[in-house]
Amino acid sequence: MKRNILCRAWRFYADGFARMTWGRGLWLLVLIKLFVMFAILRLFFFTPHMKNMDDARQADYVREQLTHPRQ
Amino acid sequence: MNEILEMVDWSRAQFAMTAMYHWLFVPLTLGLAFICAIMETQYYRTGDLHWKRTAKFWMKLFGINFAVGVVTGIILEFQFGTNWSNYAHFVGDIFGAPLAIEGIVAFFLESTFIAVMFFGWERVSKRFHLVSTWMVAIGASLSALWILIANAWMQYPVGTAFNIATMRNEMTDFWAVALSPVAINKFLHTALSGYMLGAVFVMGVAAWFLLRGREERMALSSIRIAAWFGGAAVVLLAITGDRSGVIMAETQPMKLAAMEAHYDGARRAPLVVIGALKAGETADGEDPFHFKIKIPALLSVASRHDADAFVPGINDLVGGNAEYGLMPISEKMERGRVAIAAMSEYSAAKRAGDRETMQAVAEKFDPLTPVGKTFLQDYYSHLGYGYLSSPEDAIPPVGLTFFSFRVMVGLGVWFILLFAATLWMSYKKKLDRRWMLHTLLWSIPLAYIAGMAGWIVTEVGRQPWTIQDLLPTVAAVSGTSTGPVMLTFFIFVVLFTVLLVAEIRIMTRQIGRGPDDVPPEAIIPPQLAKTEEKQA
Repeated sequence: MKRNILCRAWRFYADGFARMTWGRGLWLLVLIKLFVMFAILRLFFFTPHMKNMDDARQADYVREQLTHPRQ
Repeated sequence: MNEILEMVDWSRAQFAMTAMYHWLFVPLTLGLAFICAIMETQYYRTGDLHWKRTAKFWMKLFGINFAVGVVTGIILEFQFGTNWSNYAHFVGDIFGAPLAIEGIVAFFLESTFIAVMFFGWERVSKRFHLVSTWMVAIGASLSALWILIANAWMQYPVGTAFNIATMRNEMTDFWAVALSPVAINKFLHTALSGYMLGAVFVMGVAAWFLLRGREERMALSSIRIAAWFGGAAVVLLAITGDRSGVIMAETQPMKLAAMEAHYDGARRAPLVVIGALKAGETADGEDPFHFKIKIPALLSVASRHDADAFVPGINDLVGGNAEYGLMPISEKMERGRVAIAAMSEYSAAKRAGDRETMQAVAEKFDPLTPVGKTFLQDYYSHLGYGYLSSPEDAIPPVGLTFFSFRVMVGLGVWFILLFAATLWMSYKKKLDRRWMLHTLLWSIPLAYIAGMAGWIVTEVGRQPWTIQDLLPTVAAVSGTSTGPVMLTFFIFVVLFTVLLVAEIRIMTRQIGRGPDDVPPEAIIPPQLAKTEEKQA
């Protein structure tokens, strides 16, 4: 029964995508956008500033930043 | 310009550009989803294929807007970690909880039901399809709710306690955060502006069909539904806008004073309907306007619902006003520096391994201890002022805030008139007037401008704060160099321009094609069909 529901859901999505007409171009656009955002921008330009610090180090770093702000 | 100010300005510019780009898509998604749901409800109720065809056409435009706009908001979250890391750490789980809920809601409600909405027309029951369309509309607004709760907390930080050991604000009362008056009103006002924009978009596009002499029935019925929906939204917008003024007077009086270019506090304070502000600073007591049209006592009424109420001006808020219990900003700066010194003391004690001092300082930030209650109220609540160089740093850009507010309100009045006129002409069957159709079409960009102006009032008007009174932008930015931020700013300019051109091209092409499936002449309303059957 459970498998049947999963199969029906799968078929629903698969058929929906297969029958798409004008929507195909949109999906291509979405995929390109996701690639640019996550594989290029996130990876190369938006590395979190405190990525390599553990929680305690992050707290110390922010406390230092907020008690000795750059002028 | 020194390095830190350059970093602040470029980070703000990048965030503002990304947020404004993101906001091109969100309001149309919010509004169009409900209009599609109303049209499909008409189809469900009447069985008239005309409504199915009409709903499917607007769903197609909804789908394009959704696909191009989806995940553009994620870039804002990237920027928190890279450009605003002090802020991202300081807000702690305040942002984490609402954004996590938003992610779950968006994924399960929108993603699941959008698939049914687009793929399920002939494959699920009419009722289930209708429920799915309504769930998409409700889900989109619920997603916006959680983002706006996070934004509201920045304007009015409540329901949290600051932990000096972790340097995070920790949520102590979820419902105080979620149901704060700022959050509720902000959600209603923002969502309603999206509903209004969706309605203006539908009326404008439908007017284009009428101007071309195409799809008359689809266009006229779309205009009538959109005019009712948008008309109701714009009336509620005015009510929530009024409530915003009252809340702002309580929680962000400096924003209200800047929005009105109100320098000297007064009872029966007048509201400047329109005026030309003088450029640069004006001397004490000098009128900041070249000319103005004002209504006596209206600012007191709008902000306090009391014509005799005192409304503090920028000078009262900066210099203080003992009569009305307003502390001068110089005093707040001193108190903020005491809070910063306490954090510094904690750091020094931690480096020295002095646990006793660490414990003593931590108690000052603990709302459950007697010393903490006093310290948090008297000093920590002014923390952000400790980072300001001069009291004048607490004044937001007055000109931009003043004019943006007038653009937003002026367009709001325009849309009230537009919806009323459209409904009247719709029922009087006068929607064949070309000047009216052109007016509807060219009102589409005005709806976007109104929304953007509203966000400028909200966000520029609360400068210099990222978190009201606690963290100014100058302390919130990351300790990195400006170069990468400038580079990514220009990458976004290119990326956003390409995506926007792509959306406009796809959207206009699909609008040009019009509704598909059953041709209009093949559709006969059910009542007419029955009559024809009888005649036959």
